[in-house]
Amino acid sequence: MTVVLNQSFTGISIGAVLLLIALGLTLTFGQMGVINMAHGEFIMAGAYTTYVLQKSISSAGVSLLVALPLAFLVAGAMGALLEWLLIRRLYTRPLDTLLVTWGVSLMLQQLARDVFGAPNVQTAAPDLLTGNISAGSVTFANNRLFILGLALLCVLGLTLVLRFTPLGRRIRAVVQNRDLAEVSGIATGQVDRITFFIGSGLAGVAGVALTLVGPIGPTMGTNYIVDAFLVVVVGGIGQLKGAVITAFALGVLQSVLEYSTTVSVAKVVVLVAIVAFLQWRPQGLYTLRTRSLA
Amino acid sequence: MTTTTTTTPPATVPPPATPLLHRFRVPAGFALGAVLLLGVAPLALSDFRLSLLAKYLCYAIVAVGVSLAWGRGGLMVLGQGVFFGLGGYAMAMHLKLTDAAATGEKLPDFMQLYGTGDALPWWWKPFANPGFALAMTVLLPMAVAALLGFLVFRRKVKGAYFAILSQALAAALSIWLVGQQATTGGTNGLTDIQGFFGYSLDDPVNQRMVYFIIAAVLLLLMALARQLFVSRYGELLVAVRDSEERVRFLGYNPANVKLVAYVVAAGMAGLAGALFVPAVGIISPALIGIVPSIGFVIGAAVGGRASLVGAVLGAIAVAWAQSTLSDEFPAAWTYLQGLLFVLAVGFLPGGLASLGVVLRRRRTRTGTPATGETA
Repeated sequence: MTVVLNQSFTGISIGAVLLLIALGLTLTFGQMGVINMAHGEFIMAGAYTTYVLQKSISSAGVSLLVALPLAFLVAGAMGALLEWLLIRRLYTRPLDTLLVTWGVSLMLQQLARDVFGAPNVQTAAPDLLTGNISAGSVTFANNRLFILGLALLCVLGLTLVLRFTPLGRRIRAVVQNRDLAEVSGIATGQVDRITFFIGSGLAGVAGVALTLVGPIGPTMGTNYIVDAFLVVVVGGIGQLKGAVITAFALGVLQSVLEYSTTVSVAKVVVLVAIVAFLQWRPQGLYTLRTRSLA
Repeated sequence: MTTTTTTTPPATVPPPATPLLHRFRVPAGFALGAVLLLGVAPLALSDFRLSLLAKYLCYAIVAVGVSLAWGRGGLMVLGQGVFFGLGGYAMAMHLKLTDAAATGEKLPDFMQLYGTGDALPWWWKPFANPGFALAMTVLLPMAVAALLGFLVFRRKVKGAYFAILSQALAAALSIWLVGQQATTGGTNGLTDIQGFFGYSLDDPVNQRMVYFIIAAVLLLLMALARQLFVSRYGELLVAVRDSEERVRFLGYNPANVKLVAYVVAAGMAGLAGALFVPAVGIISPALIGIVPSIGFVIGAAVGGRASLVGAVLGAIAVAWAQSTLSDEFPAAWTYLQGLLFVLAVGFLPGGLASLGVVLRRRRTRTGTPATGETA
């Protein structure tokens, strides 16, 4: 029983990381069908923001708190710039954005290597987040709990923005039917840029969270990006609900499989499970039903 | 019946006489390529350069398949590394087994090192048979592609979904191979391959033989792909790329059309992987994961994905640039590679092969796009 609970918690914390990364992707992927491979490098940007801040602010707790909004702004600005420079020119052929943004991601990785050096760096976690909480026989690592809380907070915030603000209404309108939104007087280009800003900013927040569980390096983003895309594909494009359920389900599945087999076999089994799942629901867990033909 | 018609149909305009050069463009180009690859290159290049060229030609063979599946079929095949790897490992397993047998060992060297006992894993055993191993280099990738393609295309999973799934497959295979250290050599892969069906690869003459085989296979596959492109199937494939729904309404099943392109491209990648092993002497997970899998399409993208010659020349040029620049200026090469992706795919989707068309269109401001859109 203890093993089951501990493994479930590990799975949930893997899922929380996946969720944080996939949240931004559901927005950018869902909005425009754009596959942004540089999303991983926005995560890296968020992580390096934390690293730089910690060099100037000695208190680990304060620097982490400052890093969260700052990383959002840094990564968001990078995303908006990318959208403005490249992606908006490629809306007519969204699939090609995959390769273009892959090129961007290569350049950003090299930039990080030139600026911060190729070896991984570490940040110190605040004391509060280094310990464990034990409930009965189950131990919860504090940093994992923090990430879980952060992920849920981001989901909540994003849901509120999408559901109750004028901006959210515009974003939803563009996702559901771009042409109709445009003739209704929504500046879709502007909405695209703001969506990209928020989606990329969330990647930056994910980067801050990742500094708590692993080293910071130029290629840290690529380790997560494919898994995060799988979450979006299985959850249904542009569906927050689907992303939440899928991220936790994949996290738990992976941790259970890793426990009973090996890491490498677990990866393969998860992939097979995803292909099988897409046989059943090719459009993902939740689909947006619209009358548009596209 | 024609006697009753009162109006004569407009006289059919005879097709303009094509210049001789144009009519024999394809065979002449093919002959030129054959002369360059089989005649000029082996004479002009040193053994070292020729073996490098052999490696680039392996990438070019993958690009032939990419041109078919992606350029003509609109399938973004980001997992070609899987098929390249399956072909490569099938070949390398056979060569390792013959190497071991030649020195009187029962097991390949790395298995003795990592200690799996003294029994060969059961799935290694059939690869001792050269016929089986050779067949597997092509059939195994094709079978995997057929299974995945059947499941995925049947349910109309396409576009970005397909690209991500094929990419995940590449990641999964390389992670799995790394994890199975005792039976696949793990991160190192299968290295230090000595012989090729009884010919020692240390001998430069045999290295040249491997080069000739690779060049011949490339030319053969290009001819095959060219025939596919101009066949009825090729037309249908382009039609599926440009408007899948219309093809469906015309009574074809687009899933089958796409499946054939995907499976053929996989077979070509498998063959390329198999030839890569004797040419370079190694196959490892680092050569087949996500990054190299994307690398397989970039050459085709730069040269021109829909143009066979463009894709092949692009693949050779990018591989050449990589090995020339990456040793000396690793940082500069990475920037250049990123820039290549952005410029070639973002601003010249037809690749360098379409440069002439694009420039001409700039000048006249008319004409039709060189390539259709992938969706």
